[in-house]
Amino acid sequence: MSGDLREIWVYLSASPLLGLTMTLVAYQAGYWLYRKSGLNPLLNPVLIAVVVLVAMLALTATEYSAYFEGAQFVHFLLGPATVALAVPMFQQLQQVRRSMTALIVAVVAGSATAASSAVGIGWLLGASRETLLSLAPKSVTTPIAMGIAEQIGGLPSLTAVLVILTGMTGAMLGTATLNLLRVRDWRARGLAVGVAAHGIGTARAIAVHPVAGAFAGLAMGLNGVATAVLLPLLAGWLRI
Amino acid sequence: MLGAITILLVFQLAGEIVRLLTGAPVPGPVIGMALLFAALVLRRRLTDGRGLAEIPETLVNTADGLLRHLSLLFVPAGVGVMLYLPLIAAEWLAISVALVASTLVTIAVTALAMTWLARLTGRSPGEANGRGPE
Repeated sequence: MSGDLREIWVYLSASPLLGLTMTLVAYQAGYWLYRKSGLNPLLNPVLIAVVVLVAMLALTATEYSAYFEGAQFVHFLLGPATVALAVPMFQQLQQVRRSMTALIVAVVAGSATAASSAVGIGWLLGASRETLLSLAPKSVTTPIAMGIAEQIGGLPSLTAVLVILTGMTGAMLGTATLNLLRVRDWRARGLAVGVAAHGIGTARAIAVHPVAGAFAGLAMGLNGVATAVLLPLLAGWLRI
Repeated sequence: MLGAITILLVFQLAGEIVRLLTGAPVPGPVIGMALLFAALVLRRRLTDGRGLAEIPETLVNTADGLLRHLSLLFVPAGVGVMLYLPLIAAEWLAISVALVASTLVTIAVTALAMTWLARLTGRSPGEANGRGPE
């Protein structure tokens, strides 16, 4: 009997089906809890899914690369989903056009704040050079951030992890911060989470309000471009 | 649905080709997003007054479906944290304080700059005015 089970396990762990299904089930469980809590930002579904999956992989001594064989099908959809952000942006075109100047200046200010505060605080607390360079693009959407990290001498795969931790932080604490600051303009609320917490912040904004969602998506794209242009120049000047 | 997915992939591919040709530091999907946005604006301008001003419904539905669960798509990369647990454990204080403080400061600076600048340019937030949880 246990021989059969082991055979089944060996077969399944070598097929992409297991990693893919585990990802969807863990996310569904996280999403169910998130919905049950009335979209409580602290019960972030990405966080729940990641914790569950890391625990399961650790318990079964499964390599990340074996898991990713299956999970890459979900990962691949990030590309088309990014392209799809053009749709809500277009639907909010009037709003976007009306506040174009304010929007661009606010995104550049946020982009500079994100990189400089992360590197500054990390440096004060004694983070290594490699960590600092991987931390600098942490607010930028994953694919752009990895490219930037590579260019300035960080570790792209560490950056990917830091980016996602940042996204979860922003999605979990953004609401409280914005309420504390009494920011009521949906454009500003969406823009802020899009700049600070890229796609995970945008996912939260889309769930809460359509205007916030569109501005978050736009902010994510613009922040990616701004950081990709500015950060390598800045790192060159500072010779970090 | 199938048509809409094809549109998204075609624009992603176009973005990837533009990136390779120009050496732009921006990933293909982000260029694809800009191209699709431009195409939607152009389409509306060309078909204005002929009842085709809106985006095809199938594209709206597919985009909605993908974006409603956008955060699911970050899970596989997020699980990659397991590869860096030793490094993160060694520098946990610097990393966690830098991540949390920097994210909060960035949210505050961006939101306040946007609120202030939108007010300065003299246009009221109008229907964009909102409050409450997000």
